[in-house]
Parts: sequence; structure tokens; C-alpha cells
Amino acid sequence: MDRNRLQHQAACMRRSLFDQGYLDEPFIQLEELQDDANPNFVQEIVTLFYTDSARLIQNIEHALSTRPTDFNKLDDYMHQFKGSSSSIGAKKVTDECTVFGEYCSAENAEGCIRSFQQVNQEYVILRRKLEVYLQMAKQAAVSRTA
Amino acid sequence: MGLKLKQSYRHSVTVRVNEQMGTKRGYTFIQANRAWLPKFLLLWVMVMAFLSAWIYKNMDDDNKVRRKEVLSSMCDQRARMLQDQFGVSVNHVHALAILVSTFHYYKDPSAIDQETFAEYTARTAFERPLLSGVAYAERVRLSEREKFERQHGWTIKTMKREPSPIRDEYAPVIFSQETVSYIESLDMMSGEEDRENILRARATGKAVLTSPFRLLGSHHLGVVLTFPVYKSKLPPKPTMEERIEATAGFLGGAFDVESLVENLLGQLAGNQAILVNVYDITNSSDHLIMYGHQNQDGDLALFHESKLDFGDPFRKHQMICRYHQEAPTSWTALTTAFLFFVICLLVGYILYGAAIHIVKVEDDFHEMQELMVRAEAADVAKSQFLATVSHEIRTPMNGILGMLALLLDTDLSSTQRDYAQTAQVCGKALITLINEVLDRAKIEAGKLELETVPFNLRSILDDVLSLFSEKSRNKGLELAVFVSDKVPEMVMGDPGRFRQIITNLVGNSVKFTERGHIFVKVHVAENPKPIDDAKAETCLNGGSDEGALISGGRQFNTLSGYEAADEQNSWDSFQHLFNAEALQNDASGKMTVADEASQSVTLMVSVEDTGIGIPLIAQERVFTPFMQADSSTSRNYGGTGIGLSITKCLVELMGGHISFISRPQVGSTFLFITTFGRCKKASLSDTKKSNAEDLPSSFRGLKAIVVDGKPVRAVVTRYHLKRLGMLVEVANNVKIAASACGKNSSSCGSKIQPDIVLVEKDSWLSGEDDSSSLQRLDWKQNGHMFKLPKMILLATNITNAELEKAKAAGFADTTIMKPLRASMIAACLQQVLGTGKKRQLGKGMLNGSSVLGSLLCGKKILVVDDNIVNRRVAAGALKKFGAAVECAESGKAALKLLRLPHSFDACFMDIQMPEMDGFEATRRIRMMESQTNEQMNGGTDKGSGRKDEWHLPILAMTADVIHATSDECLKCGMDGYVSKPFEEENLYQAVAKFFETKPISDS
Repeated sequence: MDRNRLQHQAACMRRSLFDQGYLDEPFIQLEELQDDANPNFVQEIVTLFYTDSARLIQNIEHALSTRPTDFNKLDDYMHQFKGSSSSIGAKKVTDECTVFGEYCSAENAEGCIRSFQQVNQEYVILRRKLEVYLQMAKQAAVSRTA
Repeated sequence: MGLKLKQSYRHSVTVRVNEQMGTKRGYTFIQANRAWLPKFLLLWVMVMAFLSAWIYKNMDDDNKVRRKEVLSSMCDQRARMLQDQFGVSVNHVHALAILVSTFHYYKDPSAIDQETFAEYTARTAFERPLLSGVAYAERVRLSEREKFERQHGWTIKTMKREPSPIRDEYAPVIFSQETVSYIESLDMMSGEEDRENILRARATGKAVLTSPFRLLGSHHLGVVLTFPVYKSKLPPKPTMEERIEATAGFLGGAFDVESLVENLLGQLAGNQAILVNVYDITNSSDHLIMYGHQNQDGDLALFHESKLDFGDPFRKHQMICRYHQEAPTSWTALTTAFLFFVICLLVGYILYGAAIHIVKVEDDFHEMQELMVRAEAADVAKSQFLATVSHEIRTPMNGILGMLALLLDTDLSSTQRDYAQTAQVCGKALITLINEVLDRAKIEAGKLELETVPFNLRSILDDVLSLFSEKSRNKGLELAVFVSDKVPEMVMGDPGRFRQIITNLVGNSVKFTERGHIFVKVHVAENPKPIDDAKAETCLNGGSDEGALISGGRQFNTLSGYEAADEQNSWDSFQHLFNAEALQNDASGKMTVADEASQSVTLMVSVEDTGIGIPLIAQERVFTPFMQADSSTSRNYGGTGIGLSITKCLVELMGGHISFISRPQVGSTFLFITTFGRCKKASLSDTKKSNAEDLPSSFRGLKAIVVDGKPVRAVVTRYHLKRLGMLVEVANNVKIAASACGKNSSSCGSKIQPDIVLVEKDSWLSGEDDSSSLQRLDWKQNGHMFKLPKMILLATNITNAELEKAKAAGFADTTIMKPLRASMIAACLQQVLGTGKKRQLGKGMLNGSSVLGSLLCGKKILVVDDNIVNRRVAAGALKKFGAAVECAESGKAALKLLRLPHSFDACFMDIQMPEMDGFEATRRIRMMESQTNEQMNGGTDKGSGRKDEWHLPILAMTADVIHATSDECLKCGMDGYVSKPFEEENLYQAVAKFFETKPISDS
């Protein structure tokens, strides 16, 4: 019964992540790639994403604080960030990154800063939600095998 | 196609409506003038009244004219006769006058005296029928009076018999006929009329008449005729004086006109009909009547006047005739006219009635039409409403079912779980029903659209069979499918709908069948061949009734031995078809080539059962929605009765038609014929990957013997085994099979050494008693000498005891439970033969994945991406398909790894990377490769003969696949690109180009 409840909760959580638009298609593909040979694939990728994006965010913050603003560099960082987030299907983050990219190519520093805050915000929300979800999924998986 | 169908349906509906409106507008002449109808009638009656009046008048006029003609001819006739008679009398008087002058005056002395005269006149009276008498008066002058009186001895008297007074002249009668002797000695000059007459006569010398007066003797009306008698001969043209001078006397006669005319008329016919009046009209103002009554009644309107000429030019007479009676009413004319009027009146009324009737009928017709249009519109609206509502119900129902499923996953007590499960089952039943209603409504509303995709008919039939296998097994029914070899493997059509049709039919059959079998057959429909052939075939197979008798009845040549409704379509034709097909297949592929040339194939699908059948009364409304055979049916078996009507609609939508033959208590056979498109070869190979039935090929060439007493069932078994590529022989019973094997074994066993023997349970049980030990012995012998054939028992249902017995009897290997399906047989055989274990595992994967897996398996692939997340994801995906993956985080690192010679089979390259992007890296790799190739070609040009140069397939990984990027990829030497979150399809397409040929050469 416990197992069922956990599974159900995890399913609901996952559903809501998709419904609210935090995640999309690539995340499903990631899940499909996870199998017996690679049981923690999703967790692994997501963790990679955290570390990589943490570094990138730092870089972007640094680039934004320096004057004059190097838009090429910013665009470069943001492209990487966008690539990572689209790879795991973090839809909202990716969208915000696109907005940021547009400000970058328009060389609008003010806009860049504002949209970067948005990116950061979405990223933080997603990270929190994903952590909760993955934890839950893991527990469900564990209880299943048990 | 479906869309078109729908459009045409809508179109036809609108057209029909328009037509109806059109006819409604097109009033007929009668309809347009309906208000005028009573007026027309009135007008007609009036015209006819006039017409008949005219007819009457015409006829009446005719009558009158005729009447007048008759009158005038009669009148003329009478006048002429009178005149003639009169003339004769006058002539005679004239002759008498001459006699008197001759014998009285020329002779001296006179030869005539009174006596002679009387004698003569009396004897010649017949000559003068009109004269009552004649007399002769001599002219006596005053001077001669005394002498005359003396000579005769009497004095001259007047008419009043008095002695005559003195006058100039006297005319005393000296001779008289006896009839008028009373006038002798009377002076004729004394009478007024006579005197006048005498004077006129002697002046003219001709016969002269008086006007009519009452005659002396008879008091009848009469006239007096007077002739002058001259003394001497007159000169040829005497003057009046000469005549007067020469006058000697006067001869007179009295005509008694009244009696005279009466006599005359009495002689003529038609005397009574007419009245005759004769008038003297000398004095034109005062007509004197000579005959007839002055005041007569009679027909005053019509009269005829005829002139009478009595020879006296001074006097004029005429005769007037009248009819005695008024003209009688002309009954003929009256009746004719009246009848004519009545007939016309009736005709008019009939026409009027007909017109009124036509108007009424047309009115009704229009009303009906309007109602029909409205009804049809309502029907369409109903269907649309149903479709909409069903759809609307389905959505929340899905929610309910989903929530119930989730609810079942939660922590529930057993009671709660039971409730929830019940609710779920009910919900599913409801959804099924709603789907059916929706289907029906969709079809009616013309909204159902058919797919046209290639599909495998056999595997669909197998699927359907597996759906019902549980139920049929529980009931102990034989459930089997047979598809003719001529039916192409893949056909174009709507697999879902085809499955639905088959499921409906088979589901119905399973529902209503308690014993016997359900048999689905698919053939290519063609012109039926002569039955005689088939008969001959069955004769040859005559001895096949050796199977067990079931329920003591007759044994029929059907799947289970029970009688089937449609005998015609049963074993005879089946056997015939089967043989014919075998022949054709043997003959060569000529036929199939011809078949494949045509675009479509017409299939005949029959579902035969031995159930309760359909009552004769209910047979005609089987396809009507919501109609089951009778109300008790739904009580006993449940169901809404909508299935068959949907099935019919679907079949018709597919361009086919469905029919059935059913006999109560015997069974029903539903038969539908429909046309599918033939798959083109090219598309076949494409679709085969995804859609073809994947039957293992490891049984190809295996030999099997099927032991079955029932030929139909044996053929079905053979059909399934043949699909697995096996060679199949059929034996009627175990003994034959055993002996066949035995024979083979003695004669080197080259012909058939079965790998597998499949024995039907019935055959086994019936054959067991007499020959089981023997048979086992035979097998054992064979087994020692050759490979032991695998023994498999085929059973519909089997009890545990039987199973044990079977195992003991040698069927240790396995028992295949019916209904037979190729894939299930394959699985069992795999289990028995121990082959294909690996394949079985491989098959567990998705079809596409397995292909991709076979392409990538064992390949070494380099993934170049600066983004660690992307790198990891790509690597994971490729690893999943069995590739060995290495990663590089930049272009430079990749170059390092790819320094020749290397062992990579492919490289996935990110394009946008810091320092060195994908294009640059690729260019450099290609440069390296070409250098090495040149060196190698230069050095070991012909030595090694190694033809293939270094060329690493490089695929770009990009998130935005736009055309410019792809062009650039190719320009810098890449071989393709894949979109970045890997999609299987995309990846497969890209990779297939390089690896496709290799696995084939490898294996």
C-alpha cells in the first residue's frame, strides 16, 4: 500500500511538472533511456545539469557585473546554458534563456539583467521541484524493488 | 477518403432536400388554378345548358319546317284538285251553252224544248259533279215581253216569285234541269248577283262567277256560273257592243261549293288533320268565305295560302289551309337535348371531382414530402446530437475511469477495493456502449472516416481470436480461423474497422453458441466454380467420417462436426476452394502475378457458428439498430443489439455488403464481401518493418504431421503451421500416421520424417483404445532409428485427468490449447524444440529500437560536445542501442582522439563550441584523413588492395535544424545531422545511411 501511494504521488508530481510547463519532451526521452543497465540515468544527468549550470550562472553573473558588458561572451554562456536545459527538457528555463539571448543580440544590458533574474528564478524553482520529484521517484523505485 | 465520403454524403443530402423543394415549387396546372375549379364547373354547366337548348331549338325548327312543307303540299294538292274539277265543270257548261246556241237559235224551229233540255242535262249531270243544276235564261227585251209571255204562256216573275216589274231587259229561265226546275220563269236579272253576272258575261263572252251567296234551294253557300249564248256567229275580234247585241241568252249553273269541297276533301288522305277554307278575295278588303267556318279554332300560327283559278279573270279565289291541332310538342328533341345536358353535366361533375381529387392528393403529397424532409433532418440532427453527446460523455467517463484506476492504486480495504473494481468494470462497460453508440451515430451523421493503411489481415484475425479464446475455451467451443493462401499478406484498408467488424461478428457468435464451433474464413471472392467438381472431391474424401460421434446425431463435415446453417458454404465449397488453390499454387505464380496486377482484392469473409440461430421472424430486422432477435434474447444474453447494425454500416462504408444464413437451433453464418486495396511492393517493404506480423522464421522447413479425423480442422491446423513455413501432412487417424512413418522409416525415410506430430484430442481419444500401445511402440522404434518426433496434443479444453493420461500416452512435450494462432504455436514449438530462445528475447524490444540496436550494436562512437549535460545524454542514448561511446569536450580533444589510425565508427559533433566549433573540427578531421589517404594510396597503391579510404562518418548535432545549417554541415564535410534531443526516428534515419549495408555483410 505504501508503495502504491508513493508511486501515485510521484506520478502526480511528474504530471504536474509537465502540466505546469516546467518540463517537456526531452525529459521523457531521458526517462526512456533509464533502464536496468543504467538505473540512475535521470538522476545523474540532472545532477550534471545542476553543477554545470551553477558554474555557468556564476560566469554570467560575473560577465554582467563587469563593465563594459561583453555581449558575445554572455551569449556564449547563455547558449551553453540553454543547450543544457533544453537537453533535460527544462522548458521554462529554456524559454527564458531564449529571451535573454534576444536581449544579448540587441546589446540591451538592462534587459539582459532583468531576463537573467527571470532565468535564475525559473532555474531555482525547477531545481527545487526536480529534487523533490527525483527523491520521491527514487523512494518509489526502492520500495518497488523491496 | 473518409472526408470525401462525408462530403458526398452531405452533398447528397442537400441535393435531396433541394429536389424536394423543387418538386414542391413545381405546382401542376390544376394545382395552380384550384380556386377556379367551381367556377369552371359552373361555366361548363351553363355552356352545356346553352348547347342543349340550341340542339332543342334546331330539332324543333326542323320539325316546324317539315310540318309547314307538309301543310303547303297538302294545301296545294287540294287547291289543284278543286281547280281541276271546277275547270271540267266550267268546260261542260260551256259545251252546253254552245249546244243551246246551236240547237235553239240556229235551227228554226228550235230543236230544244224544256223537255229535251231537262232530259239531256239530267243524263249528262255526271259530267258536272260540282254543279247542282243548270238552266238557260233567254234575253228578253221590254218590247218583246208580251210576245214572249204569250208564246210561253206565263208571265216573267222576279226571284221573289212575283210578276216582274217593267225593265229594259229580262232574262227569264226557259230551260232548266230538273234539280232546279223551281227557277223556271224567274227573271235572272232580278237577282243582284245574277244580273251583275249576266252583264259581265255578255260583255266578256267568257264564263263568269258570282261572289258566293246562299243558294236558293239548299241554303248552302254557292256561286253561280254564267255563260253568254250568242244568236249569231261573232266576228273574229268582236267589240263589247257587238257581243251585247249578239247575246241571245245566258246559261247558268250553281256551284254548291260547300258540299262540293266536302266531297272532294273526303276523297283525300289526311282529311282530319287539316282545316281548309276557301275565300273569294276579289274585294281585297273584304274576303268572302266560300267554304269553311269563319271562326275556327285550330293552329292559327301556321297556315298556307294557295291560289285558285276558276277561269274567271275578274274573280280571285284562294284556299287557306290550317292544321286542326296545335303542333305537338317534339318529345324527341326535348329528350335528346335533356339527355345531352344530363350527360354533359355528369361529365363535368366527374372532371370536377377528378380535379378536386388530384388537388387533394397533391396537397397530401406535398405535406408528406415536407414531413419527410423534416423527419430526415430530425434524423440527421439526432445522429449529430448523439455523436456530440456521446463524445461529451466519453470525456468525463475517461476521467472517472482514470480516477478509479488511481483509486485502486491507493490503500483500500478489500470491500472498498471490491466497490471500486465494480465501479471500474461498470464504467468500462458503459464506455464500450457509448463508443458503440458513438460509432453508430457517427456513421449515420456521415462523420466516420475510414483509414487506408496497409495492414496484415491474418494477424488481426489472430488478435481477435485471442480476445475470445478465454470465453470459447470456457464454453468448450472450437474457435478457428482460416485465411486462403490467395489472400495477399498485406492489404490496404482500415485495420481498426476491420477488426471491429470481425470482433462484433465473432463476439456475437461466441455469445449465442453453447456447443460446436465458430469458424472464420477468408477467401478471395471470385466467380463460383462448378459444384460438380467439388462433389467429386468430396466423394474422394468420403471416408473421413471416422471421428467420434457427437451427441449421437449425424456427423457433419464441419469444424466441430455439428451442423452449420450454410451448407452450401460449408465443407464442399471449402474443400473445393482449398484444392483449387493448392492446384493454382502448384501450377506456378502465373495466377498471382495476374492478381497482383489489379489494384484491389475482393475478400469474402464468413463467420460460421453452431449457435442458437436467429428465429425466422427476426431475421429481417437483425441489422436494425437496438433490435435483438426477441426481447427474451437480451434477457438471456444481454447486449444492446447495436453491434450488428454497426457492423453492417461499417461493411457498407468499406464498399461491401453483408448477409447471413441462419437456421434456428442449427446456427448462423454471417458472410460479408468487401474490397481492399492491394499493397504496392514498394510500400510493402517499408511498412513491413512496423506492421508486418513478426513470426519467427526458425521453423521454416520443419516437417509436421497433423492427425485429425476432421478434414476442416486439419486444414485449419495446416494453415497455421504453413504460416510458420512448415511442411505439413495430414493423416486421418493415428494409425495412418504411424504406418506412414513406419513405411518411411523402412524405405530410407527420405520422404517424410516428421519433426513434429500434432494430434487432435478427439482423434487421440478415439484412436487410443485400439492402437495406443501399438502406436507408441511404432514411435519408439522410429525414435531409436531416427530423431524422436515431438508429440503435441491439440485440445480445445482438457481436464487434468485427461492431461495426465495424455502425458502418460506420450504427449509429454506439450499441449497446445485452441484456438490456434500462428504466434502461439510458434511460442509452444519454441518451448518444445528449445530453439529461438535468443530471438524470443530480442523480440521483446520495440521493433524500431531493435533495428536501431542492430545497426549500432558494437559500434564505437565518439561524441563531441562542450556541454557536459548534452554529452552525457547523447552518450546515454547511444549506449542504449548498444554502441560503445567515448566523449570529447572540445574540438581539439576530438582531433586528438581521432588521430589516425583510430577505431571509431562514427562521430557525433556539436556545432557550437568555444575555441573550435564543429565545422572547423570537421574540416580538420577531413584534412587529416585526405592526407593519410594520399600517403596510403601513394605507398601501397596496389599492394594491399584495401579499397576503402579513411572516412569517418561525422554527424552534426544541432538544436535548431534549419536549412542553412544543414547546407553548411554538408559543405564542411559532414555526412548528416541529427536534432539534439535525440529522437529515435531521426537518429535511425541518419545512422542507417552508413551502417545499413554492414550488418548484412557481417551476418
